[in-house]
Amino acid sequence: MRSDSAGVNFSNEKNADFKGFDKKPGSNSAPKVVLVGNPNVGKSLIFNYLSGMYVEVSNFPGTTVSVSSGKYKSFEIYDTPGIYGVSSFNDEERVARDIIIEADIVLNVVNSLHLERDLFLTRQLIEMGKKVSIILNFADEVKRKKIVIDSKRLSKILDVEVVETSAINKSGFENLENAIINARQGAQPGEVSDVLNQDILSKSGREIALLVAEGDEQVAEKYGYVCGTADEREKIYIDRRNSVNAIISEVEYENSSKGRFFNLLGSYSLNPLTGIPILALILVMLYYLIGDFVAQQVVDVTENKIGKGVFEFYTKSFISEFTPVDIEVTKFDDEGETIDEKTFAFPDNLLSHPETKTLFDNYIKDGENEVNFDFKNPIARLFFGEFGVITMTVTYLIFLLLPLVIAFYIVMAFLEDSGYLPRLATMMDKSLSRIGLNGRAVIPIMLGFGCVTMATITTRILGSEREKTIATAILQFVIPCSAQLAVIAVLVGKAGIGAFAVYGVVIFTVMITISTILNKFLPGQSTPLLIDLPVMRLPRPANVIKKTYFRSVGFMKEASVWFFVGALFVGILEITGLLVAFQNLLAPVTTLWLKLPKEAATAFVMGTVRRDFGAAGLFDLELSAMQIAVALITITLFVPCIASFMVMLKERGLKEGITIWLSAWVLAFFVGGLTALFVL
Amino acid sequence: MPHRTLDSARSGAYIKIQKVPQGLIKVQLLRFGICEGDLIYCLQRLPGGTMVVQKNRQEIALGSDLARQIFITEE
Ligand SMILES: Nc1nc2c(ncn2[C@@H]2O[C@H](COP(=O)(O)OP(=O)(O)OP(=O)(O)O)[C@@H](O)[C@H]2O)c(=O)[nH]1
Ligand SMILES: [Mg+2]
Repeated sequence: MRSDSAGVNFSNEKNADFKGFDKKPGSNSAPKVVLVGNPNVGKSLIFNYLSGMYVEVSNFPGTTVSVSSGKYKSFEIYDTPGIYGVSSFNDEERVARDIIIEADIVLNVVNSLHLERDLFLTRQLIEMGKKVSIILNFADEVKRKKIVIDSKRLSKILDVEVVETSAINKSGFENLENAIINARQGAQPGEVSDVLNQDILSKSGREIALLVAEGDEQVAEKYGYVCGTADEREKIYIDRRNSVNAIISEVEYENSSKGRFFNLLGSYSLNPLTGIPILALILVMLYYLIGDFVAQQVVDVTENKIGKGVFEFYTKSFISEFTPVDIEVTKFDDEGETIDEKTFAFPDNLLSHPETKTLFDNYIKDGENEVNFDFKNPIARLFFGEFGVITMTVTYLIFLLLPLVIAFYIVMAFLEDSGYLPRLATMMDKSLSRIGLNGRAVIPIMLGFGCVTMATITTRILGSEREKTIATAILQFVIPCSAQLAVIAVLVGKAGIGAFAVYGVVIFTVMITISTILNKFLPGQSTPLLIDLPVMRLPRPANVIKKTYFRSVGFMKEASVWFFVGALFVGILEITGLLVAFQNLLAPVTTLWLKLPKEAATAFVMGTVRRDFGAAGLFDLELSAMQIAVALITITLFVPCIASFMVMLKERGLKEGITIWLSAWVLAFFVGGLTALFVL
Repeated sequence: MPHRTLDSARSGAYIKIQKVPQGLIKVQLLRFGICEGDLIYCLQRLPGGTMVVQKNRQEIALGSDLARQIFITEE
């Protein structure tokens, strides 16, 4: 989950566009200090510092998509999505605009490397009559590139406080408080005052007058004014552009001789010719790191040695001291071949049959053993048996999923911090335009491999409703999240490359088909790609670690509840015999259509809770390689986890959300069965 | 050549923006710092016509459909 500690609330940012518009100045609540700036300029880093909280920081435009708030001394401080101007072209702008209108003080964070871009917003904020201070961030990069920025001169021209910072080193942060305290209304350029409607100016204030003149329909409607025309907006914008260019020529000098910064890797990753090999290399490295190293070697130690061998063994042995149990032991040789099997029966409990216990203890003393506790008491079985609520939740979650999920999060954080994602977006633009998306959609889709829930929120950065719908559908239908990938990695590791190929081809085909159909039938037009590329650089370890930590904790919090509930649910179904009844009910579909053992139906019951949980339900079945492929395809296309379903309802509305959810049922079984027809 | 569009620019060329489509696109480009009459540097032309340009130190990527609507001259 994205920054749950920071109180991101899904509820009132989408529909509450006008909340607080009517707030009277001078109310006695704490002054609202709002961090405003273009995307990817360091607002969230500064917010984290001032508020002492955590919101995510990444190296691509559009990391923050909703407002977070915290406290700094006697001020209320707000982090906002990055914007290029105050208006209502898209969701992020609307969210930011409303909080800016409410703001008492605006801290305008500026990327000093891109003054000509960023001061455009600065100028607008000042024209709105807000109390502003400017934070010239990226001071370190400016120095490195031998650029000189005359911040005193800038402060003089605009008549506002200007402080220099480098947010990654926290340098210059001692001046932030000064910036807050000394924020003031800056110098107004004459041209703008001319175009403002005097009537609106006196009734609703300068900010509203400006937004109306700039043609912000929502604001105009809300206040009952006639909105400015496109021509008026263009005039204001061109004047603003010229005034910014004039400022730049006065305050910025370049010492380097045309030192075009030119990042080789960055430019190579743009062109498909070199970019596809780079992408392939990243994927191969990923496969070896996660599929091979973590999924096989690390998990073997954590799941089998620690989880099953230590945790489950001692927990179950302990429980056996109180309840009847049959203990089955399978002995293996060095090659993993079964050499012996024995069952030790304890009709009362472990302690009341000391001679059997001694035999048992001696038998398992050496060699490789698999010990299986068959509890006779249903309650003991519910909590500590094979699908035991406690034993399974802990083993799967902590010893199997967690190492894999952490590995995925590290990789994602690495990619997010490197500046690679916007370049991937650019490279993929042409291909994605065939399915009604532009390159930008790569960002939520890639994030989906981390957590589909979080990625569904990030579809906000897309430019039109149809693009959001297509991207949400892709995320919810076909993109497996990290936890699910973890399970897939383990199962595919067993099944081999053939099964993996079948899985990959089918899932990819489904993705293309769904998006092509949506692209054909959804009304409207998709927007073209227009994205700024941040600098490529080595990810900062501190940020990668911090982000991985917060995401892993978030994952554990959420998943453990659902695993626990899910296991309890399945356990109760099992004890009451409902599970077998359900398996029999679904048997025609499972055995005839999907050609899987009828027990696979359990995985589908589990899958409605969480997809990774569902996939985990396949672990203990005896499946052939191609059966694994079919089962994984079905479970991947199956309904999304409850959390991401909820977010989808919020973001995309009831109708679209339910449609996608119900279609997932049909699609999963249909495609799964179709695949079975060909490969089984 | 009055009818050249951005998608036909060569990698490594300096180009002058002559005409940008009216409306939202114009506004967005203005915000990035690109207006009519500006000189910008064409970093890369990707197959299919996706363009990567540079204005001052800012790299900006534009989709091919968009690039086709921007009229330029090469310097
Ligand atoms: N070199 C350098 N990098 C910085 C500085 N400030 C921020 N960054 C990097 O810039 C990137 C963006 O930082 P964020 O704090 O996520 O920026 P943001 O303004 O919140 O971005 P959005 O939420 O996308 O609008 C991160 O990769 C930071 O590490 C700085 O002063 N110097
Ligand atoms: Mg942010």
